Amino acid sequence: MREKGNDLRGSSQSYDIVIIGGGPAGLAAAVSARESGIESILILERDKELGGILNQCIHNGFGLHTFQEELTGPEYADRFIQKVNDLKIEYRLNTMVMDISPDRRVTAMNRTDGMFVIRAGAVILAMGCRERARGALNIPGYRPAGIFSAGTAQRLVNREGYMPGREVVILGSGDIGLIMARRMTLEGAKVKAVAELMPYSGGLKRNIVQCLDDYGIPLKLSHTVVDIRGKERVEGVTLAQVDENGRPVPGTEEYYPCDTLLLSVGLIPENELSRGMGVGINPVTSGPVVNESLETNIPGVFACGNVLHVHDLVDYVSKEAAAAGRNAAAYVQSLSGESSFVRGTDSGITLEAESGVRYTVPSVIRPAYMEDSLTVRFRVGGVYRNCYVSVYFDGERVIHRMRPVMAPGEMEEIVLKKEQLLQYPSLKTVRFTVEEV
Amino acid sequence: MYDIIIIGAGVSGTAAARELSRYEADICVLEKEEDVCCGSSKANSAIVHAGYDAVPGSLKARLNVRGNELMGDLARELDFPFERRGSLVLCLNEEEMPELQALYDRGVENGVKDMRILTGEEVLAMEPNVADNVCAALYAPTAGIVCPFGLNIAMAENACANGVAFQFNTQVDKITKLEEGYALHTNNGTFRARFVVNAAGVYADALHNMVSDDRIHITARRGDYCLLDKEAGGHVGRTIFALPGKRGKGVLVTPTIHGNLLVGPTAVDVEDKEAVNTTAEGLAELTAKAQMSVKNIPMKQVITSFAGLRAHEDGGDFMIGEVPDAPGFIDCAGIESPGIASSPAIGEMIAQILCEKMGLKKKKDFIATRQGITDPSRLSMDERNALIMENPAYGNIVCRCEMVTEGEIVDAIRRPLGARSLDGVKRRTRAGMGRCQSGFCSPAVMDIIARECGMDLYDVTKSGGGSRILTGVNKDAL
Repeated sequence: MREKGNDLRGSSQSYDIVIIGGGPAGLAAAVSARESGIESILILERDKELGGILNQCIHNGFGLHTFQEELTGPEYADRFIQKVNDLKIEYRLNTMVMDISPDRRVTAMNRTDGMFVIRAGAVILAMGCRERARGALNIPGYRPAGIFSAGTAQRLVNREGYMPGREVVILGSGDIGLIMARRMTLEGAKVKAVAELMPYSGGLKRNIVQCLDDYGIPLKLSHTVVDIRGKERVEGVTLAQVDENGRPVPGTEEYYPCDTLLLSVGLIPENELSRGMGVGINPVTSGPVVNESLETNIPGVFACGNVLHVHDLVDYVSKEAAAAGRNAAAYVQSLSGESSFVRGTDSGITLEAESGVRYTVPSVIRPAYMEDSLTVRFRVGGVYRNCYVSVYFDGERVIHRMRPVMAPGEMEEIVLKKEQLLQYPSLKTVRFTVEEV
Repeated sequence: MYDIIIIGAGVSGTAAARELSRYEADICVLEKEEDVCCGSSKANSAIVHAGYDAVPGSLKARLNVRGNELMGDLARELDFPFERRGSLVLCLNEEEMPELQALYDRGVENGVKDMRILTGEEVLAMEPNVADNVCAALYAPTAGIVCPFGLNIAMAENACANGVAFQFNTQVDKITKLEEGYALHTNNGTFRARFVVNAAGVYADALHNMVSDDRIHITARRGDYCLLDKEAGGHVGRTIFALPGKRGKGVLVTPTIHGNLLVGPTAVDVEDKEAVNTTAEGLAELTAKAQMSVKNIPMKQVITSFAGLRAHEDGGDFMIGEVPDAPGFIDCAGIESPGIASSPAIGEMIAQILCEKMGLKKKKDFIATRQGITDPSRLSMDERNALIMENPAYGNIVCRCEMVTEGEIVDAIRRPLGARSLDGVKRRTRAGMGRCQSGFCSPAVMDIIARECGMDLYDVTKSGGGSRILTGVNKDAL
């Protein structure tokens, strides 16, 4: 793969838009910003190739919404990489962004350019997320070799061709855990169980069927790991049932001899750079607080993809990132009077998440600046059957939509129309809530 | 035949090795693990205590105060991270004021300098996150925090530079008395020495009892800890202790030298001297206790928990000196807290003992300083670019959480007594020690270790022995 562009050594370069991260979000944002008329775009990617985590997701099921095809992760990424190349968008690989200042000076480093500073007209944050580690769960026991996050195991197996274990227990039934249960089985390992702390799976229903049921792998809901044995290499783990508060129930312990424990216990948006520059973070999503333009509290700084909130489907990441790209382009054009994009955050309409709805993205809407329609994405906090998603404009219920099943593992969305919002000129709050029949 | 063999490459053993390397002597350190700093030295509070805790007149009291004094110069000479942040012992109950005063008096008697008793208001002005019901505290500005790995590795590297040999993966199973000196029988053959230093941590009793009828007994006293994300690192600025009281000894809350927050330890006696497993009860206990001293500790930000073992000798004090019925066999046993703080003085004391016994002569060409692995984050952009120009590996970030470059990792492997495992790299560079706990960087670090050491990726371990990371290649079991 060829990297294109100027010599970045020294510290005088500037770009209209600098995109932090060349995964699915960064790529889609770059393409849409270019298609919106911005010439000067630079993507900074820390890995050795574009595509992000998709490069290790060699299973299929990507792109059903975007391309009406079932693609593998690398194939899906390649569609966007092709576009980036066709549009001659500049990017730098193996390049780590070290710091972003509030006035959008991006400090980055790689082997050939050394450390350099770029001035950005707009910044799009697209750094993705990382896996939660064992420590965050306080799983007691020893700390031997053989404990991997599911994503690390996925990288070793799918990209390096090495097996991280032979007899495996997986904690967490998020999508990566489910996918890895199947992958490890196909590569010759014995997956003994997938344990899930919650009484429901955190993954997509289709993955439970295709990755566990089809291979006879037991899913143990309301279970967790209460002990890890083995001083050098994992020798076994103890699972126990948990009560409604997630506390292990004494007497339910069951020992599973195994040499490997894979953890798929949640993803955390990687917002260290965002925090460093003063971007406000939503404690529920661990992602930036954004308005309808996906702009953070710092003017000209936008966020999209898993750094904003963790998605289930890359198709939605691409859609969201395309919006961020368009909005960043409008922002840059407004600086030269080409667009009406207004800087700063007006107070706008606050979106509130209530009873069952955990959060919404965005959390502020300024109707004047929104496109004709706006997709509001959110997750619910539990499993709901035959319930309604209701949206209240101040006191008035304006949307009331039946959902047969809602679960925390599946992101929900509601589309708001600009013309509808404009009918309520003094609207202060839009509330999203789950209502039973 | 060596002049001196030191058993154990923890802080005590390497402090002794470094001090003894000032003299003309043929010295070897035997270590059962694959690296230095693999036992109690790697899993502890990393506090350089001021020295008010120990009973006046005890070795612990004397060596702690002396070790604390030496630590600043040692850190400069050997280039490891150390800061005198100060410590506070909190009194949360008016009734316990006499105990706080007694601690102060004991500190004065032990020779601790610059201590003060602060009012509750003064404490809260200094540390706003301390419990609101604090009524007073003993403030000791000389207390510090250190990188325990950095200290241990620095002393080992400097000893090595001064000619001390190190034998890893070498466990002493049996000791026989020779006409002069001792024969140490190990899995790697027999080593002979005129003098032996027993710095074997929790196993020092087993080694002592191989040569002496006057038996000693060391209990492994386990302590669980939680380490929090750097985002929580500023929650307190100094080491916060609870006054030992009716509810037992509290746990400490401290910033670490690298900017994390550390909470712990518990204290549970265990039979198994390798039992460094954390327990649910231990983690729950330390969380509850820490919150009595410091409010709003963001325990959601725990990135890892771990347990370490204190080598507690029944007598309760350090045991340092020649074993009466085993001439030439020098114990350095029962080194529990304040062992890290005392280590420079422990090394000095052992060197003094052997100097007198052996009539050692000072070397003319002793190298007093050692340079650590370059930390690029402390360089200016120009300096950093000069470094990258010279060696592009310093431009390649491998561990994104701790921003560790390939250049640092390669240095950690190539330098004398270099890293051979993921944990070895981690202790030297912090790669893998950050918030993702090596999720992203471990495959890359494994590649670098394999390349630099000329080994197959399959043979890379977490920490030597049977701790291989990989079990084979895809489909090899089908």
